[in-house]
Amino acid sequence: MPVNKVVNNCDEAVADIPDGATIMIGGFGSFGGLPINLIVALANQGARNLTLIANMGGVGFELSHRIKPGGYQDLGILFENGQVAKFIGSVPALGGMPPTSPLERLHNEGKIEIEMVPQGTLAERIRCGAGGLGGFYTPVGAGTVIEKGKEKKVIDGKEYILELPLYADFALIKAHHADTLGNLVYKGTARCFNPVMAGAARITIVEVDKLVEPGQLDPEVVVTPHVYVDRIVEVPG
Amino acid sequence: MKSRLDEQTIALRAAGEFTDGSVVNLGYGMPGLCANFVPEGRTVFFQSENGILGYGSLATDTEKDYEMINASDQPVTALPGMCFFDSAVSFDMIRGGHVDIVVLGAYQVSEKGDLANWGRPGRPATGMGGGMDLAVGASKVIVTMLHTTKEGEPRILRECTFPLTARQCVDLIITDLAVIEITRDGLVLREIALGWTAPEIQAVTGAELISAADLKEIEL
Repeated sequence: MPVNKVVNNCDEAVADIPDGATIMIGGFGSFGGLPINLIVALANQGARNLTLIANMGGVGFELSHRIKPGGYQDLGILFENGQVAKFIGSVPALGGMPPTSPLERLHNEGKIEIEMVPQGTLAERIRCGAGGLGGFYTPVGAGTVIEKGKEKKVIDGKEYILELPLYADFALIKAHHADTLGNLVYKGTARCFNPVMAGAARITIVEVDKLVEPGQLDPEVVVTPHVYVDRIVEVPG
Repeated sequence: MKSRLDEQTIALRAAGEFTDGSVVNLGYGMPGLCANFVPEGRTVFFQSENGILGYGSLATDTEKDYEMINASDQPVTALPGMCFFDSAVSFDMIRGGHVDIVVLGAYQVSEKGDLANWGRPGRPATGMGGGMDLAVGASKVIVTMLHTTKEGEPRILRECTFPLTARQCVDLIITDLAVIEITRDGLVLREIALGWTAPEIQAVTGAELISAADLKEIEL
């Protein structure tokens, strides 16, 4: 673990992400909890052939205008840039009028692979990756296309399927406050997938609204212990 | 005159099912409207997959805070006693049977209660989000949807033709035309919209309906 985890800016934080890397990206949908400054830095950095693990594929800047006046950036920028080869997540696209995301358009053109994972299974596979477990049996997906190719087991008369852990090279997450050791607290529903992904990658990079000194966060309310965090960037909100 | 319930009214009828003290999750789209229709005198704890329990109604434009949203990216209001948690904890709550009621949208429901609500032909990239977990984990699954497609094809069928969310999970279907309970004996037609008869509802339904002995107009 590096002694000094604080880096100067988002560009520096993502500079060593290579082509072909597997990257977890925190957040949930388009708002609240997405490490958007790290995502934009990764878009500028230009690494390609990436595998992304995230809940949603984002709507992208172009389509975002129909949701919020003036538009906004989300994970969609990495697909618009053509940086992604594979997406693992629960909502690659929404069910509205197509296409609802740049990811859906690329998938329809055969340019990107999608591994569809039910949302709770996604969270648990990531938790297994962070926690050193080899997988788990879940009833979710049994009797649907999700069970295809997976080991099945009947436990107490109920059908379960085996799901395997997910682990990444990098995890990009968002928190509200960090101390310089990397202890994290979150704000509201911006917590979501962020604490789950912390530690499920070789290098976890967190973007925070505010950086404080050790001792300034109440140890009773720390959500992510610092051992899971490798790099911290402060981006005042 | 034949009337059809609009989306707000379907949500109002669905919210009538929320028992006092229940933990309720609202799915994407129309079900989210139920947050505004909790019956007077009842306390309901709304849970959302992104990690919140005990939020209030949907927020107005001036109250919007994007760190206080439900799983449909809609800002919601805070209530005393509300709490936050991460996605893994949220789905422990859902799979573990700690959510009493979930209201989900649907493309199709079968007579056995199979649910298809995330994928349809020509759209291989739309995802199930938390729908599979909710359909499997919640104690009671309520579906709100329009009774037929835009083309007038039935959505309640003997077998679903779209990809399944979960098998035999739906308990109650509330549409713009009817309230239908899924029982061991089959689909029981409990309530119908103003001006419709049971045979007329049967004609736009793709599976056999059993009329309840106390069949009545939809109660709001």
